[in-house]
Amino acid sequence: MSLKPSALKPETAVYRHVVLAGDPWMGEVTKGQTLRILDLEGNQAADTLFFNADDPVERYSALDTLAAGDQLYLTTGSVLMSNEGRPLLTITADTCGRHDTVGGACAAESNSVRYPLTTRHMHNCRDSFLRGLATHKHLNLTKRDLPPNINFFMNVPVTPDGVLTFEDGVSAPGKYVEMRAEQNVLCLISNCPQLNNPCNAYNPTPVEVLIWD
Amino acid sequence: MKVLHEELIPGGWHWSHVVKRGTALRLTDLEGGACAAIVLFNPLDTSERYNLPDTLKAQFTAKLTTGHALYSDMGRVLLSILEDEVGWHDPLGGLVDDARLESRYGVKNYQQYRNAFTRSGKRALLTEMARHELGVRDLTTPVNFFAKVVVDEAGRLLWSPQETKGRSVVLQAEMDVLVVIAATQHRLDPRPDWDPRAVKAELVESNVPAEANPAWAHSDQNKRGFHNAALYAL
Repeated sequence: MSLKPSALKPETAVYRHVVLAGDPWMGEVTKGQTLRILDLEGNQAADTLFFNADDPVERYSALDTLAAGDQLYLTTGSVLMSNEGRPLLTITADTCGRHDTVGGACAAESNSVRYPLTTRHMHNCRDSFLRGLATHKHLNLTKRDLPPNINFFMNVPVTPDGVLTFEDGVSAPGKYVEMRAEQNVLCLISNCPQLNNPCNAYNPTPVEVLIWD
Repeated sequence: MKVLHEELIPGGWHWSHVVKRGTALRLTDLEGGACAAIVLFNPLDTSERYNLPDTLKAQFTAKLTTGHALYSDMGRVLLSILEDEVGWHDPLGGLVDDARLESRYGVKNYQQYRNAFTRSGKRALLTEMARHELGVRDLTTPVNFFAKVVVDEAGRLLWSPQETKGRSVVLQAEMDVLVVIAATQHRLDPRPDWDPRAVKAELVESNVPAEANPAWAHSDQNKRGFHNAALYAL
């Protein structure tokens, strides 16, 4: 893994917002702006989706992103593609080194598969995604618009014999990933509230969103 | 297994059917080199659909074979893989889209080539999905049956040849499932020409109870996935 820091200074950002664990955030990043997601305390998963702000039926597609790079892990240089086969954003800096796009978001229902059935009644990313979409309800985006997402700061390696594992995060306090918007995009983040997975030490923590012109 | 229906899907074409509980879908690669790209929906609520992450992470696998389940985003087993003569089906490799079809293989139009005209795998799935009022919002990552794609240490997706000619895989419906299939060519298939191969799809009687199903026996996670699917039928 190669790491690439950014020259951008937090004090020159035009927008800064701390997203607490268990909260959603949905906001616009206009074409040419740079979005940074900062892992404040380390090994936190920022479950993230993007929509074309001008036509939200066009949205992030893991299908097209994996195909564009023939690469399972996301890092500097990865192009985040839409379901129309067009670039939405390009990762321009990354001090973590590896991000996931096949681990998906937790949901009450998938929790009830992965963990005991009683975990159905625990907070989860899909509920946060749906709350986030509700802040932009004029777009009429619903559950069907929540495809497999990106998990920034998550490490989900696949071995050559086809075994998929969840490893301890490769992130740490202060690590970040930065991306340039290639179109006007809406970013939807669920700062993951998962309490059943050792990969965040059972301790979900805040992330910060920063945007530069 | 009593065969209820046999559908031959010619290379490049697509088909869909609501596979009912009590039946299974048996897919066969007749000539070798087939790729059956498949997406799944709950016909009563199409916002519920096959979910790549939930399928992979419940079973800690990036390949699908006997004993695996295909999950929806609602924690339910849609299809279970009862039998498999192939050994590896690809959930990661994606689809050829129109741009790649044109740049790598060239396009043959209908005017000149009639029903031998070319459609990308993505276009084929979207065309079949549109018959059910499903569109590009609803297309996520398919399972590419009969194809093998491995991930190397650096995370690269690599084609891996395997013997598939004449071989079958049996997928039992654990609830009623809208199955959308494209008989296409895998995106990483090294053949230089666009030459998608036929797939035989059979509906067969199949009532293997959960306790006798290798997918149920696979793990506690799958037992809960079967439980959730059974709960849906109450």
